Amino acid sequence: MAQAKAISFLDRMGRAAVAAVAELGFAAVLLGQALLWTVIGRARRQPVRLSAVVKEAMDIGIRALPIVTIMSGTIGIMLAIQGIYSLRIFGAESKVTLGVALSIVREFGPLITGILVAGRSGSALAARLGTMKISQEIDALTVMGINPVRFLVAPPLLAALVMIPALTFYADLIGLLAAGLYISAELGQTLSAYWLDAIESITANDLLHGLGKSVLFAVLIVLVGVINGLSVSGGAEGVGRMTTRSVVHAISAIIITDMLFVFVTTR
Amino acid sequence: MARTAAAADRRPPTAAELEGIPLDEREDVIEVENLVTHFGERKILKDVTLSVRQGEILVIMGGSGSGKSTLLNHLLGLLKPTSGTIRILGKDITRISEREFTEIRKKLGVAFQGGALFSSMNLIENIMLPLFEHTDLDRSTMEIMARMKMEVVSLSGFEKLMPAELSGGMIKRAALARAIVMDPRILFCDEPSAGLDPVVASAIDDLILSLRAATGMSVVVVTHELDSAFKIADRICVLDKGAVLTIAPVDEVKANPDHRIQNLLNRRTEEEVLDPEEYLRRLTGETS
Repeated sequence: MAQAKAISFLDRMGRAAVAAVAELGFAAVLLGQALLWTVIGRARRQPVRLSAVVKEAMDIGIRALPIVTIMSGTIGIMLAIQGIYSLRIFGAESKVTLGVALSIVREFGPLITGILVAGRSGSALAARLGTMKISQEIDALTVMGINPVRFLVAPPLLAALVMIPALTFYADLIGLLAAGLYISAELGQTLSAYWLDAIESITANDLLHGLGKSVLFAVLIVLVGVINGLSVSGGAEGVGRMTTRSVVHAISAIIITDMLFVFVTTR
Repeated sequence: MARTAAAADRRPPTAAELEGIPLDEREDVIEVENLVTHFGERKILKDVTLSVRQGEILVIMGGSGSGKSTLLNHLLGLLKPTSGTIRILGKDITRISEREFTEIRKKLGVAFQGGALFSSMNLIENIMLPLFEHTDLDRSTMEIMARMKMEVVSLSGFEKLMPAELSGGMIKRAALARAIVMDPRILFCDEPSAGLDPVVASAIDDLILSLRAATGMSVVVVTHELDSAFKIADRICVLDKGAVLTIAPVDEVKANPDHRIQNLLNRRTEEEVLDPEEYLRRLTGETS
């Protein structure tokens, strides 16, 4: 009995491992095809349309501005409060700008932007593709001779590759501004003095560290959304299930990738 | 005897040119030979062989699980067979490159059962999509062409409606309009009248007949609606458990003595004879 249970457990683990490897392979193929269509699409008379990319960019980037503003501002203030509290123990509150600036630019800016876009646009992408799959819209594209990767995957990927780093940069600025407002009020420092401190603390390398991560997050968010959307089966319930799975997987992938990126580039 | 397959790039004959040529003497636009398909261990299609001729309406019929949708998906290149060949307009679509198949697909039109209209586009954008993707026409010309097809399917004036705002019959007609916007040589219709009231269903049948009469296109219809099949078909292909029972004109199919065909035509289910032990095993959930 115990042996049968162990074999059953190993069987399930094996199947899950094979499915995970297959999903990774599918993601690699999708990424390759989307980039390939972007390059060769025009020569094949199937270009990736700029209008489709702009439409996706509006959704991923511009419409996310209010929530990114609120969240990055809130986190900036929160970091400032925690920073002052921690540094006060050593009587080093004046050094709070250094900690806050580096934390926002290297970590919190890209992370909060990635998580917000995964929740907003990654899930929307999964739901849209899932609905299209069950209503045979993807089959319709195929039989019309329109490559679904070129038509459905390349535009959000290109839009995310531009808009997520741009949103990250914007989140950095808002986070720094909000933290600066709190620090100025709390420590009696002028805002311009705070900005000078912040700019002195941040190097181009720090900025690129954050923006580089945001490029990886963009790829992850789109691929996870697309894979989950295209894996939908079982009608409306399946769409809901895969949309939830898409958000959970994207956020997990972002956090794990973030840790690996930091481990490789920072130590 | 039908001649060999028509070349994909040759000018297709018009309806007027086809008129007067007996069906048997026309070229095949689709040739399926010994098509076999498995889903896992299950054999879904068993040595299916059939052909569709120029200007012909072939109706594929069969009960649930007979394999008609699977066969259609193979004809559309959405599934790969285990073995066998499918030649469309002279090209074996199981062996050609994706690029070659794209060129073939531009000559095909497909009206899906649920319409498969893109929910983010309005009606005219849906119908224009194949023109937008495959031609260099300017937008105003594309709009004129799309409006002409909308006129054909009696949808004029509904250009700006979104798919969610359309009735079932309108969705079917819109799907037909999109399918014919590139003037295809072969039109595929999946259950074109399913789920519609008898008047609207009959109007869809009339539409398919008038399209064929006007353009000379070949039409493959998958349906389980008997009245519709008898009305529009030149020949009917009856599938049962993945195998072709017959391909024949309507009258011959009606007169066919095969009890499976008669069961289908008379809407009778085939009663399964179970021995008591097997029946008990099923009730208790034990597999035999």
